[in-house]
Order: sequence, then structure tokens, then C-alpha cells
Amino acid sequence: MGKQGTLITVNGKSYGRVVDARLTLADFLRHEINLTGTHLGCEHGVCGACTVLVDGRSARSCLMFAVQANGCEVTTVEGLAPDGKLSVLQQAFIDNHGLQCGFCTPGMLITLTELLRERPQPSEQEVREAITGNLCRCTGYAGIVKAALDAAQRLRGGAGKAGTA
Amino acid sequence: MGVKHFGARVTRLEDPALLAGRGRFVDDVKLHGVLHACFVRSPHAHAKLRGCDPRAALVLPGVHAVLTADDLPEPMRDQPLPLLLPNPALTTPRTQLALARDEVTYVGQAIAVVIADTRYIAEDAAAALIVQYDVLPAASDCRAAAEQGAPRAHSDLDSNVASTFRLAYGDTDRAFADAAHVFNEELWQHRGGGMAIETRAVLAHHDPVSDVLTVWSGTQTPHIGRRTLADLLGRDLQSIRMIAPDVGGGFGPKAIFYPEEAVIPAAALKLGRPVKWIEDRREHFLCATQERDQYWQVAIAVDAEGKILGLRGRMLHDTGAFVPWGIVMPYIAASTVPGPYVVPAYQLDTVVVLTNKVPTTPVRGAGRPQAVFAMERLMDRVARELDIDRAEVRHRNLIQPEQMPYAVGLLFRDGKPLVYDSGDYPRGQQEALALAEYENFRERQKAALDQGRFIGIGLANYVEGTGLGPFEGVTVRVLPSGKVAVATGATNQGQGTRTTLSQIIAEQVGCRLDDIVMTIGDTAAISQGVGAFASRQAVNAGSSALVASQSVRKQLIALTARTLGVSEIDIELEDGMAMSRRGNKPSISFGDLARLAQGIPGVSLPAGQAAGIEHTAYYTPLQAAYCSGTHVAEVQVDAMTGGVKVLRYTVAHDAGRVINPLIVDGQVQGGVAHGIGNALLEWMRYDANAQPLTTSFADYMLPMSTDVPTCAIAHVETVNPLNPLGVKGAGEGGTIPAPAAIVAAIEDALSPFGVHFAETPLTPERIVAAMRAAGAYERLFAA
Repeated sequence: MGKQGTLITVNGKSYGRVVDARLTLADFLRHEINLTGTHLGCEHGVCGACTVLVDGRSARSCLMFAVQANGCEVTTVEGLAPDGKLSVLQQAFIDNHGLQCGFCTPGMLITLTELLRERPQPSEQEVREAITGNLCRCTGYAGIVKAALDAAQRLRGGAGKAGTA
Repeated sequence: MGVKHFGARVTRLEDPALLAGRGRFVDDVKLHGVLHACFVRSPHAHAKLRGCDPRAALVLPGVHAVLTADDLPEPMRDQPLPLLLPNPALTTPRTQLALARDEVTYVGQAIAVVIADTRYIAEDAAAALIVQYDVLPAASDCRAAAEQGAPRAHSDLDSNVASTFRLAYGDTDRAFADAAHVFNEELWQHRGGGMAIETRAVLAHHDPVSDVLTVWSGTQTPHIGRRTLADLLGRDLQSIRMIAPDVGGGFGPKAIFYPEEAVIPAAALKLGRPVKWIEDRREHFLCATQERDQYWQVAIAVDAEGKILGLRGRMLHDTGAFVPWGIVMPYIAASTVPGPYVVPAYQLDTVVVLTNKVPTTPVRGAGRPQAVFAMERLMDRVARELDIDRAEVRHRNLIQPEQMPYAVGLLFRDGKPLVYDSGDYPRGQQEALALAEYENFRERQKAALDQGRFIGIGLANYVEGTGLGPFEGVTVRVLPSGKVAVATGATNQGQGTRTTLSQIIAEQVGCRLDDIVMTIGDTAAISQGVGAFASRQAVNAGSSALVASQSVRKQLIALTARTLGVSEIDIELEDGMAMSRRGNKPSISFGDLARLAQGIPGVSLPAGQAAGIEHTAYYTPLQAAYCSGTHVAEVQVDAMTGGVKVLRYTVAHDAGRVINPLIVDGQVQGGVAHGIGNALLEWMRYDANAQPLTTSFADYMLPMSTDVPTCAIAHVETVNPLNPLGVKGAGEGGTIPAPAAIVAAIEDALSPFGVHFAETPLTPERIVAAMRAAGAYERLFAA
């Protein structure tokens, strides 16, 4: 199997590896550099659990080879709370019960991080449409949508829902 | 008592790690020297195995072994996986071998396993392996399979009928003879899979020094898994540890014991290396158990006012190729039909049919959504035929609160008489209708119709037996660090088990939620366990948590009184400290008490002092706990495309006393989403040769964020008198009546065209077909 050198910046840190050309970016993240927060739910690009940011844009890390990310900056869920302090969005997920099993959550957080960056004041419908590419089997989405809207409000400087609920 | 946690909207203790990417799912567990497995699976629904040539696989670099049935240890080699729920009515109690030997009976059945350095290489090798088959005719549609002369699902069986049983009480013949009206319905109901977003996963490691085999499995039932594995390996129970770490959703299919949970540990023992298997989604569609098809022929007898006199019928259940959980689903379905209504006479004959498809076992709801669909379709029929409002006809038949406890007249699947412990069904229906603004819906509907929009409303009631035994255990132990260690056989696939149990314990023991260190889903932590299914953990583990922490509370108080020389009644426990309210308020920390309770080597403990401060309780419920509820769905139907949008969804739910409304609301909302999938989307299709047709999320659709509205939820709390917490189950009620309510709403939306529906999932093409058959389009275009 062909091997190839690849250099990927993940959450601000550079990783140079020689990998199988067919190694997916998801498996690179999970098993080459041990960032297991990125999850695989279908490996065919529908469920969205594996979503990461590649050069700032959300991408399915199961549908991308690691070598395709050569020279790219990748952000994973671990990069959302770099110093152990949860982001506003992550805290809003706690306060609004935006997760149950937590398996789809990393992909949800990444997709919504991108949305909130681009649309600081999204409508409920925009939030719902943004996460149509992320399947959740546990929550029925209500807590996720609420969390995203709550986070948007907090990021705009509103009080949002009391953080100490 | 300290801080009030029970009943509070406590945010979850599970969340921070999961949100930061620090969850620990099976595939996140890294062991040195681990090898990776890929299974070789049958591409045929039914075939004789003629041979398996592994040479092309074994020559690939990085391949360590190919194991077939003959390579498995005794007794696993020839001993089928256990039948976990035997029943005398099950005449063909057939379960599968860990690896098929002579015959395969569904697409995806495991034949061999390849072990290699990486999953990529293992998959290459599995594809290179050559298996020879003699293809046999397959039993696909269960209606055909039930007939004499149909192809047999197993070539050595004379019949595909695995079980027939009748549930009955009262005089149905008389009820039907005396009835003012009798109405018949024929229903087809399909339920799909659990489709947890994390697929199944197994990692096994044998430590030759301790001779302990550790198995991580994404299971709902690690204690049952350990017991089963011990039997199949011929090993002592104590030499196996099974761990269910973070598990990414369960929904039923992860409650059973699978071939992979036997084969991967066997491979690790044989090769002397850790072995990991991570299921891919296609395998999950092929091999993880599902629910699938039921065909109902039911009739209802009513008097002139729409009061039920009797109900009878026949139900055909497609059970797939094996019966690992026996006939539990059709049995639950058959015993759930009467539901919240007074049904004086009842008789249902059930036929369970083997087919060449993956076995069926409970998926969230476990046969109840089908039963509720049957009952509620009949109620809608009665309302329509007698021109009575649908809510009114239900109201006339509901069991009244003063009739509680109410004996239905059947045995439930727990082996005990089906006796509803408590509940206020009229209030539940009333609260749901009020919240849904049912009363003025006809005005909304007319306004919409004036705009050319077809909206409709539907309602459905249910009663669900939850909190099933036999038991669940909780150990509470005060540590010298002052923290409180908790262990339980209950498991967590997202239900917030840790938070809920911590709320109960912290309140009793008087510690902070953060000071509870809980071990969940690890057989090494507590000797007995059962696991997650049947919405049972709040009832079982919750009650055990209460009993164990009450005992620990007593022990802390007694030891504090002795140590500080104060009176027990003056002692308060709070934030990990024991303090007397009197005098100069002397106090002592839990940590110091825990040390004192260890005693001094060689010195006798004071009379009455037990070793350590700990208690293990195993609560054993006397019978099921019956929760109930009413759902109201409001939908809009696109008459041209058959597209359905759920506009509004209302739930009134009685789960007994609510421990954490945040979590219960989440369970209800998530359950409704699953029900919306069942009503409109989820359909695992097979062709006439029992070849699966929907093996990706592109073909089998799960509900998306735009398919599921945020529910309005009312809690109707009636206290369950049978357990110390007063709780009932909450995990499945969201799903159970949803298909019935939604299909009723679609029918109501299209009432101008007089179309009727008797099936789930109700897909756009089926709606358009019904509209076409009713001549709806001629009328629409003429208008």
C-alpha cells in the first residue's frame, strides 16, 4: 500500500506523519495522533459525527484522506476547549441538555461553531437547517437547537440562559 | 437533610467530558499490540456452507489469523448463543452459533473472522477469503413463510412457525354477538432498527499474569454478557471482566449478546494479543437486531355509544432467523393492546414466524408502538363510524383513576398479572388536549384549508409496563478521601444514569454531587447486575440507590454520634461533613469517619460498628411499573407530493415522580423523534430473496433536525405505590404512541379526500398512492 508523507496542523499543533495513502483523515486524527473526540458513526458521509473544520470549513473527516489534508489547518472538538475551559457553545449544551450519549456531539459542536461564526444571529430554522447533516438519535434535536440559539445570544453579549442552571 | 436534588433540573455530570472530546467509547480505548478484526459474512439469505478457503487472505502481509467455527474453543464451537428469555409457547427456541458451521440463514451472518495489524488490512483479507455456498430458497415475507410448503428458514425444520400463543380474557364471542357495531382493520406495521450513532464495538484483552480476560463492549448489559461469555468459553465468572464504557446510544439492540462478543475474546485468547472489532454501519444494518414487520387483523365490538365491548384478532410477527430474546416482543405487543381502556373481553392469537433475516429483539418500545397503533386505529375508526369526536370516544372508554389498581386480566411479560399500579388517564388526556389547543383545532384547520394547506390533528393514548426486574444493584461507600464511591450494574447509553443516581444519593448521604465517584457498566465494580432495557433503571437502580444511601446515612450518623459524643437526632450531614446542631457544633468529615470505620489493626470494633461505611442494595420490584400518556400530533400534508411536516407535537406523560425534569424531558423528546422516524421514514427493506435493500443512511432515513419539532410536554405525576421512589419508566413512552398519533393526523389532514391509512411507516409514495386511489387528484384539479 502506498505511503505518503503528510503534515497537518491540528488545533494549532503540527503533526508530520508518513501514512497509508488510503488512511482517512478521521482515522489519522483518532489513531495516529490519538485525538479520539472525533467520532465515526457511518463512514459514508451522512451522520456527520466525524465533522471537523478544515481550513475553517466544516468537512467530513470520514470522506477525506489524511493526505488530502496535507498543509491544512484542522480543528477538532478538542480544539474548542483548548485550556480545559468549555466554550460558550459547549456550556450552552450543558445548560440546555443538548446531548445524551454524546457520540454525535463533537460533530454537532463543530457544525454549529461554523454556523455561529458566520451567522451570529441565526433563526431557529437556520440552526435546524445547519445541522441537517448531523444525525442525533438520542435528543430529538430540541436541546441542541436551544443550545445553539442560547449560545448565539450569549456570544452577542446577551445574558442568555443563566449559566448556573 | 442537605441540598434538595430529587426533582431538580440538575445539569448532567456526564456532559463536560463528552463535550470536550474526552469521552471514552470502546474504540477510544488504546491497548499496546492490539490487532484488528473483520468478519466474513454471508452474502446469501439462506445457503449451505460448502467450505472456506483462507489461503488468499492469509498470504496478505499483516494478516495474523483467519478463524472459522472449527477454530473456536469448546464449548463455543458447537454451543449456540443462549436464549435469554425462554417461554413455554416458544416451540422452536433456535439461536445462532458464534460462527456459522453448516448453514447460513441471513445476510450478514458471521462465518469467519480475519485478524490483522490494521482494520484496513483485515477488510482486504476478508474480501479475499473464498467461501463456497449452495444457495437455498429463502423465507422472506412472513405471511408467505407462515404457509405450508413455503421455503424453510432453516433446512432442518418442518415449519417456519416458531410459536403460536393466545392471550385472552372475558367472553369475546358474546361481546361480538351483542355488539351494536363491529369494525375490522387490517394493519401492516414495520419498525426499523435502533440505529444508535455509535455502532457496536468489542475489544478483548487477556492478561496471562492474572488470567483475567477483560472485554470492553458497547453493550447495555455487561453483567449478562460476562455470564454468557463465561458459559461459552468454559471459564470461571471471576476470570472475566466486562466493561461497557461510554456507549453511544442503545435503544434496545445493544441489550442482547452477539456473536462478535464471543468471537473477539476467543480470538484474543488464541492469539495472545488484544483484539478489537468496530462494526461498520453496513454491518449494523445487516447484523444488529431490529424489530421489523407485524401484520394485524383486528376487530372491535362497541355499543351504540362507542363503548368497547370486546376486541379480538390475529397478529403475525416476523421474528427473523433466530429468537435470542424469545417471543418477548410479540408477547409485549399482545399484552399492551387494551392499554388505558376498559376492554371487557379480549382475545389475540399471535403467530411468530421465522424468516431468513437478521433476528428481531426489542427496539425502543419493544412491540408496544405496534399494539398502540392497532388499538388507536380502532378507536379512530369507531369515532369516524359513529360520528363521535376522537377524544370523546377515548374519554368514554378510559380507565378511571378510582379503578386503580386495575387488573387487565392478562399476564404481563414479567410473569405477573397485568395490574396497573396507578395513573390518571383522563387527566393525562385532558392535559395533552389543552396544551395542544385541540378544542379550537377545527378553526385552525379551516383557516389553513382556506389557504390551500391541509393540516390535521391526531391523538393516541398508551400504557407501558416499565421498570422490569429481576433487580439492579447499587453500592454506596464512603472513602477515606471523603468522596463517595458508587458502583452499579445499571448502564448508561445517554440516559444520564450517573446524574440521576447521584441526585438520589447526594441528597441522602449529604455530599456534593461532584464528590460522587461512580463506576457504571463494569462487572468488576459490583457482583450482580442486569443492565438497561424496558425503561427499568430509575425504578430498579434508583430504588437501590435510595436504600443503599439511606443505610450509609444511618451508618454515618451512628459513627458520628459515638465519635463526637453527641445525640444522633442532632446530627446533620452536609457537603461531606457530619455536624451536631447543638453546643459548639462539633463536626467531623466523612473522610475521617471512613478512616475510623476501618478500625485499628488487632483492636475490636465497638459493638454495632460494621467494617467500613458502605452498603449494597439490590432492589427487586414486585411487578412492572405502568407509566402512561397521551400524545397529540399536528401535521401538514402536501397533497401533491405526500410530504408530511410535523408542525406541533404535544405530550402528557406520567412517569411517576420525576427525579430530573431536564433528563425526563430529553427522554420524551428523543423518544418522539424515534417515533416520528417509525411513523414516516424508517423502513428496512428486503427483497423477495430476503436480500437487504437499505444498508446505508442514504437508503434508510433517520429523522433530521428539520423533521422533529420541539415538543410541548406536561408531566402528570401519579406516585407509583410499589417502589420507594414512586417512579415509573421514562425511556420509551416518547416513542410508543407517536406513529398512531401521526398517522391519525395525516388521515385527518386529508379527510376532505376520504383516504384512510393502516400502516407505518407512512411514506410519501404510499400517501400519494392512497390519494390517487381515492380519486383525490381529479377533485383537486377540477377545483
